[in-house]
Amino acid sequence: MTKKQSLVVIGNGMVGQNFLASLVASHCKDNYHITTFCEEPRAAYDRVHLSAFFSGKTAADLTLVDDGFFASNGITIHLGDKADHIDRNNKTVTSAKGITIAYDVLVLATGSYPFVPPVPGHDRQNCLVYRTIEDLEAMANAAKSSKVGVVVGGGLLGLEAAKALTDLGLETHVVEFAPRLMAVQLDESGGAMLRRKVEALGLQVHTGKNTTLITDGAQCVNKMCFADGEELETDIVLFSAGIRPRDDIARACGLEVGPRGGIVIDNQCKTSDPAIYAIGECALWNGMIYGLVAPGYAMARTVVADLAGEQASFTGADMSTKLKLMGVDVASIGDAHAKSQGSLVYTYQNGASEVYKRLVVSQDKKQLLGAVLVGEVSGYGTLLQYCLNGIELPENPDSLILPHRSDESVGLGPDALPMSAQICSCYDVTKGAICQAIEAGCTSIGALKAETKASTGCGGCSALLKSVMDCELLKHGIEVNTDICEHFPHTRQDLYNLVVVEQIKTFDELLDKHGKGRGCEICKPAIGSILASYWNEYVLANEHLGLQDTNDTFLANMQKDGTYSVVPRITGGEISPDMLIALGQVGKKYKLYTKITGGQRVDLFGARVDQLPHIWKELIDAGFESGHAYGKSLRTVKSCVGSTWCRYGIDDSVGLAIELENRYKGLRSPHKIKFAVSGCTRECAEAQGKDVGVIATENGWNLYVCGNGGMKPRHADLFATGLDKETLIKYIDRFLIFYVRTAARLQRTSVWMENMEGGLDYLKGVVIDDKLGLCEQLEQQMEHVIDTYQCEWKTTIEDENKLKRFRHFINSDQPDDNVVFVEERGQIRPADDDERKHFKMMEVA
Amino acid sequence: MSVWKDICSTDDLQPDSGVCALVESKQVAIFFLVKEQAVYAIHNYDPIGKANVLSRGMIGDIKGEPVVASPLYKQHFSLKTGICLEDETIAVPAYPIRIANGRVEIQVSTVGIAKGSAYEGAGA
Ligand SMILES: Cc1cc2nc3c(=O)[nH]c(=O)nc-3n(C[C@H](O)[C@H](O)[C@H](O)COP(=O)(O)OP(=O)(O)OC[C@H]3O[C@@H](n4cnc5c(N)ncnc54)[C@H](O)[C@@H]3O)c2cc1C
Ligand code: SF4
Ligand code: SF4
Repeated sequence: MTKKQSLVVIGNGMVGQNFLASLVASHCKDNYHITTFCEEPRAAYDRVHLSAFFSGKTAADLTLVDDGFFASNGITIHLGDKADHIDRNNKTVTSAKGITIAYDVLVLATGSYPFVPPVPGHDRQNCLVYRTIEDLEAMANAAKSSKVGVVVGGGLLGLEAAKALTDLGLETHVVEFAPRLMAVQLDESGGAMLRRKVEALGLQVHTGKNTTLITDGAQCVNKMCFADGEELETDIVLFSAGIRPRDDIARACGLEVGPRGGIVIDNQCKTSDPAIYAIGECALWNGMIYGLVAPGYAMARTVVADLAGEQASFTGADMSTKLKLMGVDVASIGDAHAKSQGSLVYTYQNGASEVYKRLVVSQDKKQLLGAVLVGEVSGYGTLLQYCLNGIELPENPDSLILPHRSDESVGLGPDALPMSAQICSCYDVTKGAICQAIEAGCTSIGALKAETKASTGCGGCSALLKSVMDCELLKHGIEVNTDICEHFPHTRQDLYNLVVVEQIKTFDELLDKHGKGRGCEICKPAIGSILASYWNEYVLANEHLGLQDTNDTFLANMQKDGTYSVVPRITGGEISPDMLIALGQVGKKYKLYTKITGGQRVDLFGARVDQLPHIWKELIDAGFESGHAYGKSLRTVKSCVGSTWCRYGIDDSVGLAIELENRYKGLRSPHKIKFAVSGCTRECAEAQGKDVGVIATENGWNLYVCGNGGMKPRHADLFATGLDKETLIKYIDRFLIFYVRTAARLQRTSVWMENMEGGLDYLKGVVIDDKLGLCEQLEQQMEHVIDTYQCEWKTTIEDENKLKRFRHFINSDQPDDNVVFVEERGQIRPADDDERKHFKMMEVA
Repeated sequence: MSVWKDICSTDDLQPDSGVCALVESKQVAIFFLVKEQAVYAIHNYDPIGKANVLSRGMIGDIKGEPVVASPLYKQHFSLKTGICLEDETIAVPAYPIRIANGRVEIQVSTVGIAKGSAYEGAGA
């Protein structure tokens, strides 16, 4: 057996860590003793999502290293120790702390540092950069005593930093040397559109400004002076003027570096010394530094393959980007500036809706060379595929950016894509890999995501993924049957639309027009629910009665022995002692088993069907109303005690919870809906585990959506931040009705959103930006539901006819003799089979 | 010998839904299909969920066969034969039933119990 070689990695950043992870997953891992030097005090973390630190993510949340990764893979990591110099003759690396390690293979993954222009005063107090967790901590600290912040640099990172300053509550300016924002990615008009948009969001933009001096301010800590004689007072100066590769250690040992920096590498990512590789932002390939993480990962993969003796080369990477900057969608593809010889440009600009799109095509109009999208980026995936795969453009290329009616499809047919086409760039998933997964039996988006990871990163490719899947399934003759059941050849959403469009009011009418047979326990309650959400009529009205599940028919929850449980509404979990006593008295009188639920209310078990109206009469007289625990509908709005009592409380969570519960009670939906409201980010109400969660912050309410507990828990997604109550309620109104309209039968909000093309971003587009122009309708429908609310129990006990049903026998007043209780811990419970037999025998005897 | 026993008026039935009647100390679930003006009777005891609940299940059809779905665990029982569609070795008794002059009548004494009845519930 050959002796193990020593492999040393300098730098444990995003790319260094990705390299380690790929290496230990490969078959050559056993050839090496692995050591890594990590200058930062913690192992690799997700720099790409660094800004999430300001929305509450901790360093631990951002880590890229699985628990025990280093130990279990036998990797030695020197934390907080910088590699100081390389001795290429003796093949050793020596660290700042004095450790010397011999290497056979050395990998440099030292990344880059933020460039700070050498303006006099650049090192004054509160002059900061934006790269590490420590940088962000310094920023948060400085912000505490600051009012104004300036970001130097209007590129991608600069705008991201500006967003962070705005969120910290500062008056924020961006100072850019170039004549427009995002000069690298955007052309002039695109930059101007972006500028108008971010200015509308409160950011102040100064372009064409050359900073000459930073000095003492009069009102603020600092004052910036510009070449044109103007001045700007600010407390914080944040430099985001580009990055520079960290090549000093390579330079010092004589490795070849580029004229403007960067460690020169070849197609195998080898430096001028064949024992040394360089990857990530420190590497210069073909005169290019890639300031993005995906190319770095591609380099890491190349080195692992090279070490494993496989043919592999890094041949450049696509720098196309799509992102949201200060809430504005921006995308840039390929040659955005039309620098290619003879290229032609198409531009579409819509001043009213602030959309700007530009296509750069080849002279013969056959190839897409580049594109810029601002304000509306849904075409990104398709355009990127045209560009990357050299697919021939349609006859009128401008049709790709002109607005089109939704029934026309201008997207690229997935059939046109080669198997090598990259569908998901975050996880480098090709069309081939997706087809393979489909062959192996993945026939839903959820299954494909789990199998291939496609579309689980930024989600930008979800629409494309769906169309590839649909097309492949069709080819395989796999019919995707989305019919709700054998009685209706339609999905729940189709049925909903039919009800709305044809104004259908009953199940029978829908069945006559669009279905067959008698219906079943699948389509009936689903349609019952649709009719109830849309018309909101009494669910036990004769024409709806047969549609209700037994729980809805008896307005109570059937338990295993055929008895029911009773749950009155206790809004927000707030209840007075008197009400609690009244509830207790009912429980006592009818000898019900009593238990506190997870939704902060009280469940009374063991009620026979004939007892239900009596129990409810007493509850209603005492001031209670139906809790809809039996329905697929809003269940509870859980709350913590909030600012009224809690010493940490920021706002009145109980008050809001009660208001929300009263607003949405009775809303019928595809599945149950749960809410919670917490009074501060300590989150005692566990709002992030609910379909709708609200958390009070200093800046207003933060809204979370699509979480749930249960069999497959899902953490909710942050949907909007710093809302006032009016906006919050507006968003929830729209969100709920959109869910009611479009979800499948028994689909919780989490699954609904995960299966939605475009996912969370799309949902935000619909609810916040009104992309579908639906919001007014959604709100109106919610108003209708609220205006027509009735307590179903109150209506029922007032109707002699309806009460007829609440007897065990139609022709006798006897109760069901199969219902037998025994006592346990001082309360009743259903007898088990043995006990029941025993009881019977005693009765007979 | 077949004796039709008077149970109740058709007005006492629930449209496209079920009720339960006590007939000679047996619990009988009676279902009323409005469109067809048809009635069906099977025993009320769900042998799988072990509770007297079938009359409270939803009715419909599976490939044309009229069925009730147990409200407990959703198995389907044929309204005509009482046989469980998910497991044909399980069945509940089915009874002859008719509407005569606005009255619902049923025969329970001479029951044509479907094969392999698993019924062994209370009162049996
Ligand atoms: C705020 C922010 C947002 C970003 N957003 C995106 C985005 O949306 N998309 C995208 O693709 N990219 C984004 N990037 C860029 C992305 O983070 C980088 O491309 C990526 O981190 C590069 O990885 P790297 O390993 O080469 O460098 P780094 O992650 O910087 O890692 C290098 C590590 O090496 C350490 N080191 C350096 N020299 C030594 C030494 N001599 N000894 C020991 N350790 C050393 C450094 O301390 C550092 O920890 C963003 C960057 C920032 C700062
Ligand atoms: S979430 Fe905050 S306000 Fe609510 S109880 Fe907990 S600490 Fe108090
Ligand atoms: S967790 Fe299971 S046992 Fe408990 S209430 Fe829910 S369904 Fe019933």
